[in-house]
Amino acid sequence: MTAPLTAVPGQPAPLTDAPRRRRRSFSGGSPLVYAAALVVVAATLGPVVYAILGGFRSNAQLAAEPVGLPDPWVTTNYLNVLTSSSFWRYALNSTIVAGITTVVVAVFGVMAAYPLARYRFRGREALFLVFTLGLLFPLTVAIIPLFLMLRDLDLTNSLWGVALPQAAFALPMTIVILRPFLMAIPKELEEAAMLDGTSRIGFFWRILLPLSGPGLVTVGVLAFVASWNSYLLPLLILSDPAAQTLPLGVATFSSEHAQDTAGVLAFTSLAMIPALVFFLAMEKRIVNGLQGAVKG
Amino acid sequence: MADDVTHRTGTATVAATPTAAGRVPTRPAAPGPRRRLSARWRKRLEILFFVTPALTLFAMFVVVPVIQAGRYSVFRWNGLGPMENFVGLENYANALRDQVFTDAVMHNLTIIVLSILIQLPLGLAVALLLNRDMWGRAAMRVIIFVPYVLAEVVAGVVWLMLLQPNGVVDAVLDAVGLGGLTQLWLGNPDIALYTVMFVLTWKYLGLAVILFLAGLQGVPPDLYEAAQIDGASWWQVQRRITIPLLGPTIRTWGFLSMIGSLQVFDMVWILTKGGPANSTVTMATYLINQGTNRSLYGYSSAVAVLLFGISLVLALAYQVFVLRRDNDDAPKPRKATR
Repeated sequence: MTAPLTAVPGQPAPLTDAPRRRRRSFSGGSPLVYAAALVVVAATLGPVVYAILGGFRSNAQLAAEPVGLPDPWVTTNYLNVLTSSSFWRYALNSTIVAGITTVVVAVFGVMAAYPLARYRFRGREALFLVFTLGLLFPLTVAIIPLFLMLRDLDLTNSLWGVALPQAAFALPMTIVILRPFLMAIPKELEEAAMLDGTSRIGFFWRILLPLSGPGLVTVGVLAFVASWNSYLLPLLILSDPAAQTLPLGVATFSSEHAQDTAGVLAFTSLAMIPALVFFLAMEKRIVNGLQGAVKG
Repeated sequence: MADDVTHRTGTATVAATPTAAGRVPTRPAAPGPRRRLSARWRKRLEILFFVTPALTLFAMFVVVPVIQAGRYSVFRWNGLGPMENFVGLENYANALRDQVFTDAVMHNLTIIVLSILIQLPLGLAVALLLNRDMWGRAAMRVIIFVPYVLAEVVAGVVWLMLLQPNGVVDAVLDAVGLGGLTQLWLGNPDIALYTVMFVLTWKYLGLAVILFLAGLQGVPPDLYEAAQIDGASWWQVQRRITIPLLGPTIRTWGFLSMIGSLQVFDMVWILTKGGPANSTVTMATYLINQGTNRSLYGYSSAVAVLLFGISLVLALAYQVFVLRRDNDDAPKPRKATR
């Protein structure tokens, strides 16, 4: 996700997932096709379903019969997680970090993309290049100096210390996606607004920002997911358990309770749920965003 | 009157319009024309206002650390006290001499190659499957993408549980009569890297499928109709029409996959921490290990620069040898279908 996605002038292709009512060419589902599809679905969802069901079993059940349905259904694993304060703290921290990242990326990103898209000035392309070059630098390359810098700034164990760098690394992608989006807004609209006496800043606030809503949502969703899932930076920055995010929590819990498979499965399953719910709600945005990013 | 309109629009064409002139006084937000800045300066200030926050953030947390990595890499430094032990390129030489680092590079390259050899055909097959008109297609498209959305850590921990000795994977193999294959999936140095690769494939296949499906929508339906009329078989159609037209999408995915493979960290860290016996170490896990666990910040930075250099070289090579086809002549694949 953090990878450079720019250098790809693919064909201009329709992206939308929606009305693909292609006249049925080689359509249809023979039993073989459905069998293959079933295998794919099972392989994809199997581990997830297993983890969720496994959380309802006891370790004895798991040891005696690694594969099987809970019998009887045990809820203590889940209850233990849900009643532990640490789980909720991890979740809260993750929400805060991802929230800050998203807001900062969206606000700063659209602000920067606006002049890059709609002002003519010397150095515009150079400035855009500076941001796109950021796609070349993955977090891994900068992580050690970043860690030392955040330590010197006293931002270790601070959620800002994770959110701000995360936002900074998400900016290139954001600007690369938003700029063409803002460019596509018709010139006439801007002229009409100017005619009516709006300044460029007024145009930005009153017209451009509302119109770029869909683009902002896409960019925001991508930044949110990336930030929510991130591990490397939090791993280095957040050593204090009170400040840790959900991925760190999952890793810690699974190594501390390595013998308690059922407990780990319950904890991990619960940690999956926010991501899954968010994904199901935002599926179109995420998919279109990724596809759009690749299409350039 | 005309004046204070022009300074905002920048062009005089507007100035005489009665509506514009009429409205201006009702908008006190516009600064008085008397002590106004010139239009040019005002524009510069606006640009500055819009760009500064992003640029500051970007410079502070991306540009500066990247430059610092380059600077640290020529020092021997444990992160404390002044950085004064200048060692030139010694850190680089040491990294290149270290068997573990060269192993790590090889592992990253293996992951790149295996990703393409496994995920490309598999991803294409699943994309073609899910491109057919069949019941439940929309749901399956969502499902195939689920692993991609899970955090690598979360997916990794689930697989850690599945792969543990006498765990589910072994039980399933037993059940289907392949019990002889069970082993220490993550504990056997000969196998561990392939196990990691397997989990990565599970996690990232959905991305390939989703991108390929998007590419498939760019294939003009009349091509299929023509082929059908000509009596082409399903397989011929895929080979002669679909896959060539999907070329740009596939090449793009290949690029993403390559860059991602070079950065692999989370999954390996969760599953094996690079072990056993360094059999799954990657450049990123090596870097983190040297940097944080051993406080070799100078050395670790040299590894980071090498990682960046290798990524850059491969990316450029890919650009020159693979993606260039797309840049040169976009209509080419269209012709290739004839």
